[in-house]
Amino acid sequence: MDNQIRTILKQHGKLGSDAMSLAEDADLYQAGMTSHASVNVMLALEGAFDVEFPDRMLKRSVFESIRNMRAAIEELTGGR
Amino acid sequence: MSTLLQDLISKGLLIPTGVDGVYGRGGVFEDVLLRFDSYISRLAANDKADVMRFPPLVTRENFEKSGYLKSFPHLAGPVFSFNRPPADHATLLERVQAGQPWGDMLEMTDTVLTPAACYPVYPTLAHAPLAKGGRLVDVLSYCFRHEPSIDPARMQMFRMREFIRIASAEECHAWRDQWIERAGHWLQDLGLPAESAVANDPFFGRGGKMLAANQRSQELKFELVVPIANAEGPTAIMSFNYHQEHFGKTFGITQANGEVAHTACVGFGMERVTLGLFKFHGLDPDKWPAGVRDRLWG
Repeated sequence: MDNQIRTILKQHGKLGSDAMSLAEDADLYQAGMTSHASVNVMLALEGAFDVEFPDRMLKRSVFESIRNMRAAIEELTGGR
Repeated sequence: MSTLLQDLISKGLLIPTGVDGVYGRGGVFEDVLLRFDSYISRLAANDKADVMRFPPLVTRENFEKSGYLKSFPHLAGPVFSFNRPPADHATLLERVQAGQPWGDMLEMTDTVLTPAACYPVYPTLAHAPLAKGGRLVDVLSYCFRHEPSIDPARMQMFRMREFIRIASAEECHAWRDQWIERAGHWLQDLGLPAESAVANDPFFGRGGKMLAANQRSQELKFELVVPIANAEGPTAIMSFNYHQEHFGKTFGITQANGEVAHTACVGFGMERVTLGLFKFHGLDPDKWPAGVRDRLWG
């Protein structure tokens, strides 16, 4: 799952550093991800994992790090 | 229709046009608005802002560049016009006559109705680095938002007076924050019990929910609100926005030290303040409290 998330970040995150080698708890906003880029990351994750983030997850902290995104996706997929 | 709107219309303060959110302004309404505009100018005179006045249009090129369509496609007002051979003119008129759609016979022009008074300013600052200390600009413009409503405080075209700071992150942030308190006093002196609140813009769609949450959690936008005519809550009559590097990066505005400029703006909703004054003091300005009258007409 991490690799998929990293690939999406690479495509949509507009990061200043390499998405493939970032620490899983690195702050992506600090790494250059804009608000609009985070929206594109969110939409790409929904497509890739066939989930729909509920409103309570559409906030900054959920998309702040690779770890947080993974936790949110795991919660939505129930580990399927 | 809200009671306030009915009263404003029956007193001739607003003149209905048949489209929700589009009104003419009667003489008494306009006088109050212009007096409030002068009140701002007097109180802010020592700031020595550079005055700029633009027609209520931005170029389509700059509008596209600004990213407005990413956030607010539903509010945009691009200008379209007829640009076809004379042979098609008759078809256009026939369609109008028959009540059929005719929008597809038009094409986009080079202009878009101004969405916020500060938008025409940023592209003009890109030519050379700013002087040390940055810039302070004063604008006033009619603005357009496509959001028809029967709330008289939600008009489709309205005037916005803005001060815009273009400088370093620290300077913009501090400037924006001190304005919240400053403007709060100005409004309280006019009998408007304005309260400040963290706010978000009406971003479009599901992505917009996230943009709104981001904006709130970073406290990029504050508003001063008063109850006017919306049953769901008070109405913002002013907003205080810190854009970070968004406009600096987008339009290539640089500080004296070569770094990308940050921007912030403070906006007065001129019709909304005017409506607030009528709401709080009654529809006849001759009977408003002496202190309020002195400050506006003194």
